[in-house]
Amino acid sequence: MREGRTKGGTWRRGCVSCPSIRAPKVPLAFSGGAMGSWQARPEQQHYYHQLAQKTGFSAEQIKNLHHRFRELSANGETIRNQQEGESGRLEELDLGHFLMVMSHFRPPRHKSGEDERCAVRRQKLRFLFNMHDTDNDGTITLVEYRKVVEELLSKSGAIGHEAAKAIADAAMLEVASTNVPHMAPDEFYEGITFEHFEQILNGLEMESRMHIRFLDVDTSTVRCGKAGSTSTP
Amino acid sequence: MSPCIGSRCSGTQRRIIVPVLLVLLAVSVLPLGASSSPHVSNGDESVVHTVDDHHHPHRNFTKKPFPVLSFEYKHIQTPFEISLWVLLASVMKLGFHLIPRLPGIVPESCLLILVGLLVGGLIKLAGQKVPPVLDSNLFFFCLLPPIILDAGYFLPIRPFMENLGTILMFAVVGTLWNAFFIGGLLYAVCQIQPNNPSDLHSLDILACLLFGSIISAVDPVAVLAVFEEIHINELLHILVFGESLLNDAVTVVLYHLFEEYSGVGKVTVLDGVLGVISFLVVALGGVLVGAIYGILAAFTSRFTSHTRVIEPLFVFVYSYMAYLSAEMFHLSGIMSLIACGAVMRPYVEANISHKSHTTIKYFLKMWSSVSETLIFIFLGVATVDGKHHWNWTFVTVTVILCLVARVIGVVGLTYIINKFRIVKLTSKDQFIVAYGGLRGAIAFSLAFLLKKEQFPLRNMFLTTIIIVIFFTVFVQGMTIKPLVDLLAVKKKQEAKRSINEEIHTQFLDHLLTGIEDICGHYGHHHWKDKLNRFNKKYVKKCLIAGERSKEPQLIAFYHKLEMKHAIEQVESGGGVNMPSAMPSTVSMQNIQPKKPQPPKPQERALPQLSKSREDEIRKILRGNLQKTRQRLRSYNRHTLLADPYEENIGEFLIKKQKMMALDTKIKDINNYLTVPAAPPDSPTICRARLASDPQAYSMKPSLDSVPTIHVDLASPQSPDSVNILNEFQQAAEGEDSGGLTMIAPANPKERHKDGEMDAGGNREKLMRCLSDPGPHFEDEDEDEPFLP
Repeated sequence: MREGRTKGGTWRRGCVSCPSIRAPKVPLAFSGGAMGSWQARPEQQHYYHQLAQKTGFSAEQIKNLHHRFRELSANGETIRNQQEGESGRLEELDLGHFLMVMSHFRPPRHKSGEDERCAVRRQKLRFLFNMHDTDNDGTITLVEYRKVVEELLSKSGAIGHEAAKAIADAAMLEVASTNVPHMAPDEFYEGITFEHFEQILNGLEMESRMHIRFLDVDTSTVRCGKAGSTSTP
Repeated sequence: MSPCIGSRCSGTQRRIIVPVLLVLLAVSVLPLGASSSPHVSNGDESVVHTVDDHHHPHRNFTKKPFPVLSFEYKHIQTPFEISLWVLLASVMKLGFHLIPRLPGIVPESCLLILVGLLVGGLIKLAGQKVPPVLDSNLFFFCLLPPIILDAGYFLPIRPFMENLGTILMFAVVGTLWNAFFIGGLLYAVCQIQPNNPSDLHSLDILACLLFGSIISAVDPVAVLAVFEEIHINELLHILVFGESLLNDAVTVVLYHLFEEYSGVGKVTVLDGVLGVISFLVVALGGVLVGAIYGILAAFTSRFTSHTRVIEPLFVFVYSYMAYLSAEMFHLSGIMSLIACGAVMRPYVEANISHKSHTTIKYFLKMWSSVSETLIFIFLGVATVDGKHHWNWTFVTVTVILCLVARVIGVVGLTYIINKFRIVKLTSKDQFIVAYGGLRGAIAFSLAFLLKKEQFPLRNMFLTTIIIVIFFTVFVQGMTIKPLVDLLAVKKKQEAKRSINEEIHTQFLDHLLTGIEDICGHYGHHHWKDKLNRFNKKYVKKCLIAGERSKEPQLIAFYHKLEMKHAIEQVESGGGVNMPSAMPSTVSMQNIQPKKPQPPKPQERALPQLSKSREDEIRKILRGNLQKTRQRLRSYNRHTLLADPYEENIGEFLIKKQKMMALDTKIKDINNYLTVPAAPPDSPTICRARLASDPQAYSMKPSLDSVPTIHVDLASPQSPDSVNILNEFQQAAEGEDSGGLTMIAPANPKERHKDGEMDAGGNREKLMRCLSDPGPHFEDEDEDEPFLP
């Protein structure tokens, strides 16, 4: 991923799926200031607690992620979206959104039952789906899919357009054949719905693949941010 | 082997096969047995001769009748025997799969050992001396390398790397634990009963530890043989198999350590430390040697575009030399071979032709199959032959300890490993890993290497090892399949990798790397990404010839998939629809977005096409597409040595594309006529166009006299899509907009496709016409450009 560019892209698409967690307007004194020299205030604790409930992180992890957030946002309260503004995109991200997106990358718990794993998988697939579905209409159309493949191949120079189209077309054809096997020649397959998406990526076991190690709830050492920073253990 | 062969075998055929096999056995056994005796008779003959000479000193030209037919076995003895053994092994393998239900119940390895026992028994019955077949040199230099190379070359890198930590834990720590546990407890057991002195008392601790280290290693040959048939899921397979490969380093170090010092009688702490260092040297050194040879092989393959025929040879010879070089320094030969195969594979496959790829694959499979068969047969023969020293206590204690040690080791290690794994190993997995710890011929050969003077109880060792091998192969090998079914362990997914999965796997990689970047966390996605970038930037440029170095993996995968579909289609007898598991009537037109309606005024300017006109156009197009093809075919026959089969698949591909394209074409015909600067075509139309012109567009557009079939599909990487496109973008600007920028003598019919962008010339390379690669068309004379 090209660092600057697609990082913004991730936020842009991922955040569409976040339930609107409007972070309370925390006083500026809290969010600014030197790293690590703030005291825990009651409203901040409450804020953390609220976040922990929504996202499933532990309090220390939230603290660490908050540190990182502050690094990224240059000690401000929000991260500005570097991308050109598209309609329906969030221009700024605050801590709540940041954590919400990050919570999608938690690995499944060991003792989870089949339903819970299915739910986790669904949530992660939903995240991916929203990343692809840029106009947010509930289906991934051919154009959107082509864009995805193009971006994937964009680093490889001049091949881009035609090859990406061919691949995207073949992929779409595959989804269509798998999910709607018998279509009359006149019918038009609008796009990949979420159910089809789930179906086609069934084999990938998303719940265990889409995770970042350090977001594991069970581990006690969470190192986030610059190594050796003033994060509390 | 497909079960249908067995079922098609009628009863009479079955009844014939078994006696034939037995006769073959008998016939082959006698010369093998007779091999040892001719020396004696020849010796007599020579004695007689010299005596004769003495009696007749002027022995010139005693007239003998000219020998019309003579028999001289000694002359060809050795190669003949070797061939006979190989033939026996192969015929046995054939036989097993013809017998109807046997392969399902008994694993092949068991049957082969039984055959070996039978052969050995027959030789002995015939009164001949059994040849020492499982000689260590033969085993380590001839029989083992093909199997390991096959495993290393086709090692699934992704699951292997993902589970590398687990595998290393099992291989290193697990084997160490096994060795010391078994050795130590054996020593303790041997020392009890002080009032009843027996042979066992002469076993000192070091000999016991040596024995423990020999017997503790899980054997890759046995694991491969058994696990191949049970089709468990990829994770378990790679865990057990990876462990069996990587524990070689540990075994080598322990073996040499204890062998050296068993004479001395004690091992100091310093020796222990040196042993640890030696382990690191052996393991890493082996990998390094393998990697160096792998890179050499990749580099050599870069220049083989003119001599495609010997490409497989480079792969085999470099790998073998890697193995031998590692053995020269007492490094781990197995790890070196694995590293060599794994390192060279991506680059070599990008460089070599499709046929060489197939050759390498089938040669490796063939050799490893024959080797495996021979190893098991020889195990059987060696059992019959060996001088056995049976000791009830030793044998039973060893067998029990092996099982117990394995179970404790696996359970303990899994407990630790699960703390670091995301996908934890369940107890079912642990059971399979423990149960899959089979011992095999490597243990036997290592024990065979021991010298009798140093180890008076060598024969006891050999006997015990044979019993353990038999136990694991027979009992565990036979029961693992029903147990897997009973425990409902996840089986291997039969579904082929779809292109959606591939896209999303890559997408996930990028996504996770990005998220790691955001969090500032240097996780393994980060390092993997860095490695990939390094690979793409420097290594690929060096080791991959031509333009393929730039091709990303996704495109290579896509091309491979297309080719597979094409081959499937031909094999299934053609037809437009792809014969997939779920036949569907969805075709490209269903997913193409409807072209936006042209703006109103323009539409009104031209009348709608009537139905009859549409049909006319359709006919014209079809006819011309075919005509083009025919015209070119005659041209092809003079310049390319095309064989009829090649034409066939071309036809099918073309037909398929044509049908798809025509349907879309008819729908869009309005737009083409009204909108002069039409948007670029869907890929199918490009493909159709390409399909009708299987001629290659070589790098130099000026070459217009020799049309050549160009594009190939080596394998993961595909040919020159990138740069050619670039070239054509420039070249096509100047050409006329006649649609087809054909280099060969121009075809006036091609004008039909006007109105379409000649940017289509750019996409020619996307046509997956099957042929061998070559940036240069001179290759065409030496290899036939079609299916293997």
